[in-house]
Amino acid sequence: MERSKLGLDFEKVRHAKEVSKRIADDVQKFVDNYSTVSVERTLCRLLGIDGVDNNEVPLPNIVIDELQEKGVLSEGVMFFLGNAVLETGLNPQDIAEKIAVGELDITKIPVRSTEEIHKAIQPYVTKSIQVIKDRKAKRDNYIDTIGEGVKPYLYVIVATGNIYEDVVQAEAAARQGADIIAVIRTTGQSLLDYVPYGATTEGFGGTVATQENFRIMRTALDKVGEEEGRYIRLCNYCSGLCMPEIAAMGAIEGLDVMLNDALYGILFRDINMQRTIVDQYFSRLLNGFAGVIINTGEDNYLTTADAFDEAHTVLASDFINEQLALAAGLPEEQMGLGHAFEMTPDLENGFLYELAQAQMIREIFPKAPLKYMPPTKFMTGNVFKGHVQDALFNQISIWTGQGIQLLGMLTEAIHTPFMSDRYLSIENAKYIFNNMKSIGDEMEFKEGGIIRSRAAKVLDDATELVEKIEKEGLFTALEKGIFAAIKRPKDGGKGLAGVVEKGSNYFNPFIELLHKK
Amino acid sequence: MSGGLYSTDSNEFDKTLDLTKIKPYGDTMNDGKTQLSFTLPVAKGDEAIEAAKQMMRKMGFENPQVVYVQELMAGFTFFNCYGNCVHTVDFTGITVPKVEATAMDMHETDDFIKENIGRPIRILGASTGSDAHTVGIDAIMNMKGFAGHYGLERYDMMEALNMGSQVPNEEFIAKAIEFEADVLLVSQTVTQKDVHIKNLVELVELMEAEGLREKVILICGGPRISHELAKELGYDAGFGMNKYADDVASYAAQELSRRLNQ
Repeated sequence: MERSKLGLDFEKVRHAKEVSKRIADDVQKFVDNYSTVSVERTLCRLLGIDGVDNNEVPLPNIVIDELQEKGVLSEGVMFFLGNAVLETGLNPQDIAEKIAVGELDITKIPVRSTEEIHKAIQPYVTKSIQVIKDRKAKRDNYIDTIGEGVKPYLYVIVATGNIYEDVVQAEAAARQGADIIAVIRTTGQSLLDYVPYGATTEGFGGTVATQENFRIMRTALDKVGEEEGRYIRLCNYCSGLCMPEIAAMGAIEGLDVMLNDALYGILFRDINMQRTIVDQYFSRLLNGFAGVIINTGEDNYLTTADAFDEAHTVLASDFINEQLALAAGLPEEQMGLGHAFEMTPDLENGFLYELAQAQMIREIFPKAPLKYMPPTKFMTGNVFKGHVQDALFNQISIWTGQGIQLLGMLTEAIHTPFMSDRYLSIENAKYIFNNMKSIGDEMEFKEGGIIRSRAAKVLDDATELVEKIEKEGLFTALEKGIFAAIKRPKDGGKGLAGVVEKGSNYFNPFIELLHKK
Repeated sequence: MSGGLYSTDSNEFDKTLDLTKIKPYGDTMNDGKTQLSFTLPVAKGDEAIEAAKQMMRKMGFENPQVVYVQELMAGFTFFNCYGNCVHTVDFTGITVPKVEATAMDMHETDDFIKENIGRPIRILGASTGSDAHTVGIDAIMNMKGFAGHYGLERYDMMEALNMGSQVPNEEFIAKAIEFEADVLLVSQTVTQKDVHIKNLVELVELMEAEGLREKVILICGGPRISHELAKELGYDAGFGMNKYADDVASYAAQELSRRLNQ
């Protein structure tokens, strides 16, 4: 490991990672035995089932709701679809359409042998894996031929509610220098237990995530990228009750970055922890396989808890999130672990603490394209000061070599960004990233000084915290309010009814295939 | 050039403050100096600059100056501008509805409740509807509060319950009945396309239908909420930017006391 500029004790880091691995292993034991309605719907999507019925209900929901109503979801949709393919000679999409109009009951047809069923569904599985591989190859080819921006990638959001207007905003941002365009989701989508269908033009505070909207934006960004000679990454939200379905849609449509964090959903959206942990595993398998960078949401913990006192909870959660991602085969190079310790701007030496912590996270997760997020909580409507606050965070980002810089907007807390706001933010970041490019190589931190002491303290506290979590288990720790001072019961929250223990016929060949790469 | 009475160039305008005719202040009384920025959907060029100046004149600015021009992308140009505003406002004739309460700190409010109400006040809060933001309601309710102002949970004489975000109005009302709330706090952060207005109005309508509206003190808050807007929508009070738990607590205690002791 590289020498620490902070004098960090890497022995301690190794220990904390081992403890965190045991926490993740414990969670994984639970995950292996369960599936969810959303995982099963994801399998439908991977097998080619798409579209909606006359009432706008997505066909994957129709199929899975049917199995759940009949009380047989525990056997898994692959089992029933494989059997139905064998019996009817139809493909999964045709079968779903027949279920939708009540012409077929896949739970009431004669059951063939396990071997035959597995064999019948295999071609659809193989085809699906190939689609995702081809998508990944297309991205790799773009990066090899037209190239990409340098890190920290400039990440900006668009959030007009209308996908066609989003395209205009995204194009402007890309031309100004943005590397990643995140299409903010419409408020409340994380709690929908289905993914809406088709191109959409109405959303609040964001745009509905649909497969068609993904496709429209991807096509637009590819065009701009070709013209600008720089691959433009597309980001969306693989979170909430449809986490793995969004992962599948993203893998198929060529998304590059996904917010993907069960802990965030548990804490801030009150999604049931069993549901979302199981969902997260399958979504991270998909994201890992598809070469998608995940972003985790630790920076948000400090919007409800104190950023100075609770900084170690961010590191502890990053430790755990890293191990949960590794368990799903997601490489370190795709782990956009989230951080940023937004302390009140009034804090004396606040910049030093922020710098200490950003450098600490950088050294602890050396390969990860860390996601660094500037102020939101302390943005006031004073756009002039806000621009300075963002500038300070930009300085820390280039100084400590962050991977993805979510650009702060001077108008944060006022409105979703104007085209000009985005321009000013990109200009701010480019100016600082160029003007201070090599500062990290030049500067070291004083022994026994504020910065080194702060980093050591946060690491100590985080280590103590993961040790405590290991004793109790992650679920119990969350029940006790260990992160963000928010308590969530194991059987509370949204989506628990969609969790099902795997039955004797259950099979999901994707798990092994996605792990393999 | 426009020049004339209000031009700083000519420096001949009346520099005495007249509260019946105030205008923006740059560095000289009545200079009308204003700074603004906007984007026009046209390509950068002399025509775009002229368009920006004409736009400024229509907005009421003399001597429009375009000091910075930047093309954001083909067909969109951003301007930073200065101008002298020709309009005036009669400051003496202004009345703004305000929350009627004496501001008290946490201890004063606790003492006030002990003396005048004699039992803890029950306050229920939530970010309602599809709004996923808890930052506002947390700032007011959570123990720690915000910017040095302790939240309602820390008050000895308050039973404060924060339901968090995305609470449907129906669920909020059901909880209010169960909790026997004296005061309801509704936080709205997302205001795109006026979604907050629809949601706030719906809550009032549902409460009226339940016969609950007059039984509680109904308060809304958020960065885009003013007391005036709150009153218009059928709320007892509204709290916007730069209002903290103390402001809400002072008002709630005094208003409840007024209602109970009238």
